[in-house]
Amino acid sequence: MTQLALVIDLNVCVGCHACVTSCKEWNTSGSAGPLCDENPYDLNPTGTFFNRVQTFEIGKYPHSETLHFPKSCLHCEDPPCVPVCPTGASYKREEDGIVLVDYDKCIGCKYCTWACPYGAREFDEKAKVMKKCTLCVDRIYDMSLPERDRKPSCVKACPTSARMFGDIHDPESDVSQAIREDGGYALMPEWGTHPSNHYLPRRKTKLKIHLDELERADNPLKVDGQLPKPGKGESSMEDASAW
Amino acid sequence: MKPAFSVLFLTTLIGAGQGLFLALFTHQSYALFGLLPMQSDAFYGYGSVLALLFLSGGLIASFFHLGRPERAWRSATKWRTSWLSREVIVLPAFMGVVFLYGASHLLAFRPEVVTLPGGLIIDLSAVLGTLGTLLAFALFVCTAMIYACLRFLREWNSPLTVINYILLGGSSGFILAAFYAAQAAPDQADFFAGWAIIITVLAFIGRGASLWRNARIKPKSSMQTAIGIKHPYITQRSMGSMGGSFNTREYFHGKSAAFLRAIKPAFLLLAFVIPLVLLALGLSAPALLGVAFIVQYFGLLAERWFFFAQANHPQNLYYQTIG
Ligand code: SF4
Ligand code: SF4
Repeated sequence: MTQLALVIDLNVCVGCHACVTSCKEWNTSGSAGPLCDENPYDLNPTGTFFNRVQTFEIGKYPHSETLHFPKSCLHCEDPPCVPVCPTGASYKREEDGIVLVDYDKCIGCKYCTWACPYGAREFDEKAKVMKKCTLCVDRIYDMSLPERDRKPSCVKACPTSARMFGDIHDPESDVSQAIREDGGYALMPEWGTHPSNHYLPRRKTKLKIHLDELERADNPLKVDGQLPKPGKGESSMEDASAW
Repeated sequence: MKPAFSVLFLTTLIGAGQGLFLALFTHQSYALFGLLPMQSDAFYGYGSVLALLFLSGGLIASFFHLGRPERAWRSATKWRTSWLSREVIVLPAFMGVVFLYGASHLLAFRPEVVTLPGGLIIDLSAVLGTLGTLLAFALFVCTAMIYACLRFLREWNSPLTVINYILLGGSSGFILAAFYAAQAAPDQADFFAGWAIIITVLAFIGRGASLWRNARIKPKSSMQTAIGIKHPYITQRSMGSMGGSFNTREYFHGKSAAFLRAIKPAFLLLAFVIPLVLLALGLSAPALLGVAFIVQYFGLLAERWFFFAQANHPQNLYYQTIG
């Protein structure tokens, strides 16, 4: 069975919020209607987003690191938000494991948000229904798009390729390999929700430069010195006819 | 969690309605076995009307909680998995039975259903009353399980939640019944007031136990499990929005810690101590029973507010700094 998911590489994410804006742009323009914004150009702007990038400081200054942390619905394999929904508006698709809200059935009781430990669902104050990440379900199956574009909007937008998209149940997929080989982990594993989205941890990226490298011993252009080098005060022009 | 006023009114109003119905039928059962003098049909009938008023008030309040109340009927569809859906079914069913029970008394339509050996006649109102009693308890369980089944909200995830919903509703309803009886059948008021005292004391113990438990709860999730970084010092610098979001509004009570601290003794006093004193005095001065009910109702509103405000959702770990 397929389980589509995102794998987010925290080692690469630079916190640019490109995924946030592209997500909002795509999902506010779809047939499901806009994602509401209130006071967008005012004090205290607020609105409905599927995806947010948060920033954490790890450690104590000066020995601290900045961590940018994108968070959206994790499309849990055992989603606690689904069984509590009284209307069946929240459901998990059999065919690809995407957790969706049927906006035409939702009564806006917000019970599902109590049941999601990650705070991944946001109520739309204008549409009066619950909204959440759809993994761009209206995009990834759109055959009118070229194949390379059939990915969630956030994945396409990420300038550092920190976001991967694929089937985590297929052991050969890029995302499965990344989870397996690069230490992919899930959030709040203690609740047994089995989130499908995974995160790749920060890694120490150090580049050791030895002195000879600084002198560029292996630089093929080291022979530069043998190129003509006029002496001090010497004219670089051969004679007046040169110009 | 943010205490939504619609839910505070819903749970306290239907609690009083359920308790009142249970009180009325408790009396009728006693009377059936000859332990108390059977009262007139009007006593049980108009008592049921009063219970229905409270239940309807709760039902109306619940609609204010919904973003799309016009689709409310859909919420009865997922009763297999959702306690909210079960409540949506049981509440009207219970109201229907209370209505029929009241009607059978007010219309004096109480055909005999069965005669027990020993000559005890079980009439229609007794059958409806038994059914209503079962539904009243089912409704308490559904309402409470909506909260108790959420394992992330550790403050709620306990059998005490269910016990307390039953006891608090029972206390409120029996006090109301005592006041009603003081007007409609004064010689029976002591019976209700006596039970009201017992249930209120039990509710006091139950709520005290849950406060004791909640004060000792250790959160399961931490900043470390929330973002998966195993460092002892993690500080949030930005939550991804400047003006707040649904996540900063829905999961926080929005009042100061001092307010939260003040409301606890306030509700303990209003919902338990003062009503108990008034009930004891009310045995000789019936008007105090009405005061007891009203004072306790405000106490229960405060109790319910605190019940929500105290529950700390794990998602709050992700929302600690505006920026
Ligand atoms: S992250 Fe939350 S909303 Fe998404 S599937 Fe899991 S529990 Fe449901
Ligand atoms: S808000 Fe909508 S999706 Fe969430 S539980 Fe209620 S009806 Fe279901």
